[in-house]
Amino acid sequence: MFRRVNDGVPAGGPFTHQRVIYALVCLGWKSFPLFPGLKLPSLPGQVDELQCLRRWEAGLCSPSRDFHRQLATVREVTATSRHYVDRLFDPDPQNVLQGVIDMKNAVIGNNKQKANLIVLGAVPRLLYLLQQSSSSLELRTECAVVLGSLAMGTENNIKSLVDCHIIPALLQGLLCSDLIFIEACLRCLRTIFISPVTPVQLLYTDPTVIPHIMSLLSRSQHTQEYITQIFAHCCKTPEHQMVLFNHGAIQNIAPLLISPSYKVRMQALKCFSVLAYENAQVSMTLVNVLVDGEQLSQVFARMMQRDKPIEMQLTAAKCLTYMCRAGAIRTDDNCIILKTLPCLVRMCSKERLLEERVEGAETLAFLMEPDIELQRIASVTDHLVSMLADYFKYPSSVSAITDIKRLDHDLKHAHELRQAAFKLYASLGSNDEDIRKKITETENMMDRIVSGLSESSIKVRLAAVRCLHSLSRSVQQLRTSFHDHAVWKPLMKLLQNAPDEVLVMASSTLCNLLLEFSPSKEPILESGVIELLCSLTQSDSPALRVNGIWALMNMAFQADQKVKVEIVRALGTEQLFRLLSDPDTNVLMKTLGLLRNLLSTRPHIDQIMSSHGKQIMQAVTLILEGEHSIEVKEQTLCILANIADGNTAKELIMTNDDMPQKIKYYMGHSNVKLQLAATFCISNLIWNEEDGSQERQDKLREMGFVDILHKLTQASDPSLCDRAKTAMQQYLA
Amino acid sequence: VHIFSQSHLCLVMYQVLKEAVCGLIAVSWLASRPIRIKQARNLSSSSPVVSDSARFSHWTLIESCPAKDSWQAVGIGGRNRIAMSGPSSGCGFLMSVVVHGDLALNEQEKELNQRLKRLYPAVNEQETPLPRSWSPKDKFSYIGLSQNNLRVHYKGHGKTPKDAASVRATHPIPAACGVYYFEVKIISKGRDGYMGIGLSAQGVNMNRLPGWDKHSYGYHGDDGHSFCSSGTGQPYGPTFTTGDVIGCCVNLINNTCFYTKNGHSLGIAFTDLPPNLYPTVGLQTPGEVVDANFGQHPFVFDIEDYMREWRTKIQAQIDRFPIGEREGEWQAMIQKMVASYLVHHSYCATAEAFAKSTDQAVHEELASIKNRQKIQKLVLSGRMGEAIETTQQLYPSLLERNQDLLFMLKVRQFIEMVNGTDSEVRCLGGRSPKSQDCYPGSPRLFNSPVHKASSSQTYQTGTAEVEMELDHFSNGVSESSSNGFLNGSSTHGIDLEECDGDMGEIIIWRQLCGGSQAAIERMIQFGRELQSMSEHLRRERGKNSANKKMLKDAFSLLAYSDPWSSPVGYQLDSIQREPVCSTLNSAILETHNLPKQPPLALSVGQAAQCLSLMARTGSGSCAFASVDDYLH
Repeated sequence: MFRRVNDGVPAGGPFTHQRVIYALVCLGWKSFPLFPGLKLPSLPGQVDELQCLRRWEAGLCSPSRDFHRQLATVREVTATSRHYVDRLFDPDPQNVLQGVIDMKNAVIGNNKQKANLIVLGAVPRLLYLLQQSSSSLELRTECAVVLGSLAMGTENNIKSLVDCHIIPALLQGLLCSDLIFIEACLRCLRTIFISPVTPVQLLYTDPTVIPHIMSLLSRSQHTQEYITQIFAHCCKTPEHQMVLFNHGAIQNIAPLLISPSYKVRMQALKCFSVLAYENAQVSMTLVNVLVDGEQLSQVFARMMQRDKPIEMQLTAAKCLTYMCRAGAIRTDDNCIILKTLPCLVRMCSKERLLEERVEGAETLAFLMEPDIELQRIASVTDHLVSMLADYFKYPSSVSAITDIKRLDHDLKHAHELRQAAFKLYASLGSNDEDIRKKITETENMMDRIVSGLSESSIKVRLAAVRCLHSLSRSVQQLRTSFHDHAVWKPLMKLLQNAPDEVLVMASSTLCNLLLEFSPSKEPILESGVIELLCSLTQSDSPALRVNGIWALMNMAFQADQKVKVEIVRALGTEQLFRLLSDPDTNVLMKTLGLLRNLLSTRPHIDQIMSSHGKQIMQAVTLILEGEHSIEVKEQTLCILANIADGNTAKELIMTNDDMPQKIKYYMGHSNVKLQLAATFCISNLIWNEEDGSQERQDKLREMGFVDILHKLTQASDPSLCDRAKTAMQQYLA
Repeated sequence: VHIFSQSHLCLVMYQVLKEAVCGLIAVSWLASRPIRIKQARNLSSSSPVVSDSARFSHWTLIESCPAKDSWQAVGIGGRNRIAMSGPSSGCGFLMSVVVHGDLALNEQEKELNQRLKRLYPAVNEQETPLPRSWSPKDKFSYIGLSQNNLRVHYKGHGKTPKDAASVRATHPIPAACGVYYFEVKIISKGRDGYMGIGLSAQGVNMNRLPGWDKHSYGYHGDDGHSFCSSGTGQPYGPTFTTGDVIGCCVNLINNTCFYTKNGHSLGIAFTDLPPNLYPTVGLQTPGEVVDANFGQHPFVFDIEDYMREWRTKIQAQIDRFPIGEREGEWQAMIQKMVASYLVHHSYCATAEAFAKSTDQAVHEELASIKNRQKIQKLVLSGRMGEAIETTQQLYPSLLERNQDLLFMLKVRQFIEMVNGTDSEVRCLGGRSPKSQDCYPGSPRLFNSPVHKASSSQTYQTGTAEVEMELDHFSNGVSESSSNGFLNGSSTHGIDLEECDGDMGEIIIWRQLCGGSQAAIERMIQFGRELQSMSEHLRRERGKNSANKKMLKDAFSLLAYSDPWSSPVGYQLDSIQREPVCSTLNSAILETHNLPKQPPLALSVGQAAQCLSLMARTGSGSCAFASVDDYLH
């Protein structure tokens, strides 16, 4: 079932001191943590130990006196370590056991000793002893303990252990029936898996591992603690969630939430938070779980009580947040509104640790993102909006002078704090105008966003542009603060060269900044944005294409002739038509919107139609004939109506054989919106006071439009009725 | 500075108590302290007899340790508490309240009392009553009150700000609340919704909205601003209107205040609040109506959760109180306190074992301790006559010099006669010793429910075994009492044995003086003697109201056919022996120039006193630091 690992075990027998040096050389002197100053003569790529030693002895590398002195130190230190390793090879099992125990006592809390032993190859031997069924249980347990101790050292230690295939060996060990041994293996596994350098996938390679570990949960409080901790750290993807879920993680771990041990409770809680994250199935199951007759949401709510440790409050709030976002708990449930939300707001307060504040703010942002009511409540809870302003004050000027350690700590978290605050502001302001106003009125808010847009950290930039996007939904802010702070400048800069996720947000914001009432529209236009947007429409990402064409559409709304021409030129008719056949309806709609905005006032219509009339008519025909939604067709008919409003452009419709028939068809369509748009079109064509109106009226009368119009004057929809009457009047005049 | 040091002193006391009291009660005391482990081992290995005896005396200690309440009575501050928390008086009070008036109203009253008791257990309402309604006296004329003075409506013209009107609650917020909270529901916002909710000191002009004047603080509904003793507000929270519930929380520990709206905290509004503020509301336009909730109903905001946080904070502060460099002295001091406590209460075997294991000297002779112990045993088992006799024998001049004490003992003897437990009536009694001993006055009563209820849960569940073992040990030791560390006379042991035999008997038959006619006659005769002694005392020393009341209460017992269930029946409860016992004990110790009270009890009293001082001087943290929390 488990793969047995025997490779990597060095040939038996004590180590010679050459082997020691060899080992050191192979592992790379220079990075060897013990002797940072020690320089070794450079050696050719692949050396064997004898050759290398021979070269030294022959004086070919002429090591300095300093080198000799240091080498002596190496020998001295490694000699003691080597002694421990040598004893692992003792023929008497009793001596081996004593050796392992002594080794255990020697390595505890001694990182140098740990590194030494790893370098000297103790790990493969320990693993070998651990796996041998001939070894006594005591010996195997002690081996697992020593390995666990080695894992407690540096990240390099973990890497070396993982490279020696320690994980399968320990997982294999779990099959043993002895609890003490299992606990030692689990403890070691725990230490390895919680390290960021361990690939979590290793837990899932063998499909029999998870069910077996799950069955060990009932063995003891220690197994519970270690296993839940492993799960909490190794559940990183939806696949992991499903594996654990399918093996009964919820039923097995739920009872641990009321374990007498705080550690077990805490780790079980963490498990649930990672299991429920963006997972509807898990979340839906969780709400129905009872622990000791109590619903899980109540258990979590109790864990958020203010006298509980902060870590517990925060993690419980996360669980409920994820369950709520997955739709398992309603957003107006008391445990969300009155417990989770206030708890998360508390986590943002100045009294909490920087890490807690980051996590609290991010979770809160996630919780209320889709719900305006939660946003409104949060915006008045405990002065959250001004509380967040404090997130930008790290590192504070005081800490810089007084406390280097603090400064270091602050610096490390400064980016995280800023991005968390931006995210939370973005979430808070995504729907409510009053909240947006409150946010922009927070001290230096706009300056902070502007500088955030050009920060080095991608996370901060993304969060800042998100926040800007959220605020850009406000007409008032677009008119005032956005313009005052020239946010378009950094935004344009951001658009030049950024990863897609930033681009999506930035271009989305740009769309809003290009709305006709936005004072930023002019300067943006002058900065050559058209080319940039046109290039976005060619992106592979539908979101970027939509944003590109959307921005162009906004830009073309009531724009100058010059701008429109520029748009058409830059985009190119070919690209325009490609977009009209885009698989994404959103893109299609916005492209039609763009066309409609381009074809707005009479001179513009005539001008564009004179140069691109043929293609446009083709595209219109194509869409009207194709399978499209009502909205798309309506938009297309509106374009047609606009064309019909042109002086010369009218003729393009009149001379087209099909088009009047199509209009006729849509006037009789079952959908009022389409009828209305088509009637509009006819109305424009037969409008009096224009050149050749009489001929067109006559021609259309022949085609039977008068009858249809007459019929439509009887329509139940008042606006359609009005429109038809107006059109009829053209004939009567 | 003074207050600060007081509260610190108090914290120090807690440390003492915490350590000492834990040490006192738990058998595992020796083993639980790392420093002591070795000595404890020595103790058990070197001399099994001593070890046995030590164990025995520990059990005895648990068993015969006076019930907690009386132990506190020894302390300075404790006496009040007993008077207050006596089970009979508390119930009686509630009952008398319930008898009158509308039932629903009384239900509300009851709920209010319960909630206030739960929220503010540290408040002594005799000293500082809690606000329960708006004051009909302390309001402007434009304010109308209804619904038991909980509903406020505006009845002025409401034309200008000069027409503003406020009302204060009946009482200021006591500091001992720690955290105080009340809610106001807006029934109607009236014409303009110019409503202010907040706090003000006594004497602040009521023709104004809260917040506009010095020592006045308010949150206003029309603009959502907070007013901190100023005519101009600061942007604070959302506006509020009809249907909203606004809460106001005063934190008396850091002197801040925050508001809530519909159960959501709006954040700190005011800091550096002065003490003794009254809940206040103000209205300004016609039609405005608001209802107050001072605890009559559950609150919308989870105030108890907020209180939990502060309780944890304060307790963490106490737990982390630094004891500084003098770690060793600390240890020695605690040991001294424990030892002196044991000696004081004559737990001589334990005291000796403890002193030995901690290398301390006992300052009183063993014989003396044993004498006191003997007397105490007699008092506690209700054998007053013997107790008085023994005292006179051992300390001949004591009672002669202290006539009031003698009187008190004799009154108690009278009560015990009524009870049928005193030795004089017992020998006259027709009842068999067996049934007598099962009577609720026998030594078994040390296990009485009162005692159990106040001890920790472990002891409660373990009581049955303790009882059995005690019997076993006491018998065992009385046989091999060569070391002389016997707690209690040998009669005591026999008593218990007899008692053991009657364990199955459930029905307890209560009869005056044990039911014997001769005993009743003796009792009446004794009563006459007592009466004449009282008269004699009055002639010689003038009136003494305490003595008079004591005698009156005791004689009142005879007025009832069943004295035990009479209003004065509490006197017959064995728990009443404990104050008598400790008074006598203290008097004996005084004659030996030893302290009247053990330092431990003193420090308990000192801590309790500190707490009440903190409450009086406005340090809110006293709310979350009850001495009881550390006495278990």
